[in-house]
Amino acid sequence: MIPMEKTIFERLEEDVRFREGLKSCMNCGVCTAICPAAEVSDYDPRMVVSLVQQKDEAELEKLLKSDTIWKCGECLSCKTRCPRGNTPCYIIQALRGLSIETGFFIESEQGRKQLAIKRTVGDHILKYGYCVYIDEVDLEMYPEQGPVWNWLRENRGSMLQRLNTSYNKDQAGTLRNTDKESLEDLKKIFDETGGTQRFEKIERYSSEKAKELNIEFKEGKDEYFRYLYNK
Amino acid sequence: MIPRKNEIWSAYQKEIADDRYYFARSCIRQNIFPAAENLYINILRDVLGKNIYDDIKQTTCTGIAYHSGLIPMETIMTVVARQFALMNEAGYENFVVSCVTSFGIYVEMLETWKHFPETEQKTREALKRATGKTFRVPKNLVHASDVIYKFRGEIASKAKYKLVNTNTGEPLKVVDHIGCHYAKIFPSHGIGGAEYPYVLAGLIDEWGGQQVDYPERRHCCGFGFRQYLLKSNRSYSVTNSKKKFDSMLPFKPDLIIANCPGCTFFLDRWQYVIAEQKGITYGEDGYGIPVLTYEEIAGLLLGYDPWDIGLQTHQVTIEPLLEKLGIEYDPEQKYKGMDGENLGIPELPQVLKCF
Repeated sequence: MIPMEKTIFERLEEDVRFREGLKSCMNCGVCTAICPAAEVSDYDPRMVVSLVQQKDEAELEKLLKSDTIWKCGECLSCKTRCPRGNTPCYIIQALRGLSIETGFFIESEQGRKQLAIKRTVGDHILKYGYCVYIDEVDLEMYPEQGPVWNWLRENRGSMLQRLNTSYNKDQAGTLRNTDKESLEDLKKIFDETGGTQRFEKIERYSSEKAKELNIEFKEGKDEYFRYLYNK
Repeated sequence: MIPRKNEIWSAYQKEIADDRYYFARSCIRQNIFPAAENLYINILRDVLGKNIYDDIKQTTCTGIAYHSGLIPMETIMTVVARQFALMNEAGYENFVVSCVTSFGIYVEMLETWKHFPETEQKTREALKRATGKTFRVPKNLVHASDVIYKFRGEIASKAKYKLVNTNTGEPLKVVDHIGCHYAKIFPSHGIGGAEYPYVLAGLIDEWGGQQVDYPERRHCCGFGFRQYLLKSNRSYSVTNSKKKFDSMLPFKPDLIIANCPGCTFFLDRWQYVIAEQKGITYGEDGYGIPVLTYEEIAGLLLGYDPWDIGLQTHQVTIEPLLEKLGIEYDPEQKYKGMDGENLGIPELPQVLKCF
C-alpha cells in the first residue's frame, strides 16, 4: 500500500462531495429508515456518518477496508430526508474513491468486486461509448433478462432494423456505432482527469490480491473476474 | 388517496423549454427498449411539431460507472462538459435527457459548479486540454418525461385512445414510478418535487386514468448500480422491486409507467424472475402487470402500432392492456422481422403467462 502523507480525514475533505455531504449529524437515523440497502442488509448509513465525523484515523482505515462502504445503492433517498442537510451517499462516494486510490478496496470482499465492474461497464464506455451494449448482455451473465431478451438478441440483425434503430451503422440514432473521434475524446478525458489511472489502479491492486488468493488473473472474463462477479 | 394530496404538487414547478431541444440518449433505454427513443423523437417532431436534434457525436454521461464507485468525479464532470460543448456546436440551448440517472448527473454537475466554482474552472481546463472544446451551460435542462408532461394536453387532444377500460368504462388503475434521481437529489428540479412528483401522475390524470396511491409508491426500484451490475449482489435489486409489487398488489393495477429506463427494465424483468422463482404473479390470471415508459404509453394512445414501437421486447406481455384499451393489433406481426420473415417466438416461461 502507498504511504499517506495526509490523514485519511484530510484526504476525504479534499473531495467536494465529502464537504457537501457532511454538515453535522445528530444521529437521528432517518437516513437508515429510508435506505433501501438497510432494508436488505445490515448496512446502516447513520453509523457511517457517525463514525466519519469522529475523525478517528484507525476507524476510518477500517472503514475503507470494509464491505460497509460498498453496500450503498446510491439511490440518494438519504439526501431528500436528512433534516440537517447531510448526504450519507456523498460521504460514501468519497470513501469509495479513496478506498480505490489507497488500494484498501481489495481488503474487503465487496470492494474487490470493483474489478468486475471495471471490466464490464468501465471497459464498455471506452469500447462502445456507452455503459451498456446489447452485444455484451447475454443470459449467462444476466439470466434475469429472460427469454424475450434472448430472442431479441438472437434476432437483433433483423429486429433492430425493423425497430428503426441504427445498430451497427455509422449514423445518428439508437444503438449506432460511436464514431472514432468521440471515442478518442472519451479516452483523452479519462487520461486527463484520473479515470484511466483509476482503472489501472483497480487492475494492479486486483492482480496482487488474485495472486494472494491463488486465483488465475489475466484479463477480461478470467477466473478472478468470474469469482468476483458470481460469488 | 388523502383529500387534496393530489394538489400539493402544484406548489413545485419548473421551467420546461417550448422547442429546440438537444437530445441526450440513455445507455439502458436504447438497449433494453430499443424503439422507445425513436418513438420519443417521432412524437416530438411529427405529433407536436418540435425541433429536436439527435447528435451522432454524443456518448454516455458515464453515470452508471460513476454511481458504481468506478470513476472519479472529475472524469464524469468533464464528460458532461463535452456533451454541453456538443450542444453548443449544434446551435442548441435546451438539453433534454432520456435517462433519469443522467438527468441527476447533469443537474449535480451544474449545482456543483455553482457551489464550488473552482470545479467548473478545472473542468473547463481539462476539457480544453483533452478535446480542445469549450462550453456554455444549457439555458434549460430537463428530463425527457418533463416535455411529455408539458404537452400532455396537446397529446390528449390528438390521442385515439384514453386510459379507460373499454370493457367496463372505468378508468385504468395506473401506478407511476418515478426514478429516484429525478427529484430525490434536487427536488426543485422535478415537477412536484421529491415528495409529490407529478410528472407522470399528470399524464395519468390528463389521459383519463386513475392514480394508484400505494404505500411503497416512492420506494426505489432497487437498481443500486453496483448491486445490480454484479450477479452476486442482485438480490438487493429484486428484493426492493418485490417490496413495491407486494405493496401495489391489493390495488390491482392495470399498468405501471416509469420515467427512468432502469426502473422500467427492473419492474418488467423482476416480475418474470419472481414468477419463476416464487410462483407469484402480480397481474390478472397469471400475467404480469405491463410496465411502459412515458413515450410508449403516449405512443399507444396516439395510435402507433404496438409492434412498430417495440412493445414485443418487454418480458411482461402487454396484450391484456391492449385489450382493455380497445387497441386492435395483429398477433401475427408481433415476432416478424424486418422483411416480414418468421423469427420464431421467445421461449415461454414456466409460470409467468405470456403470449
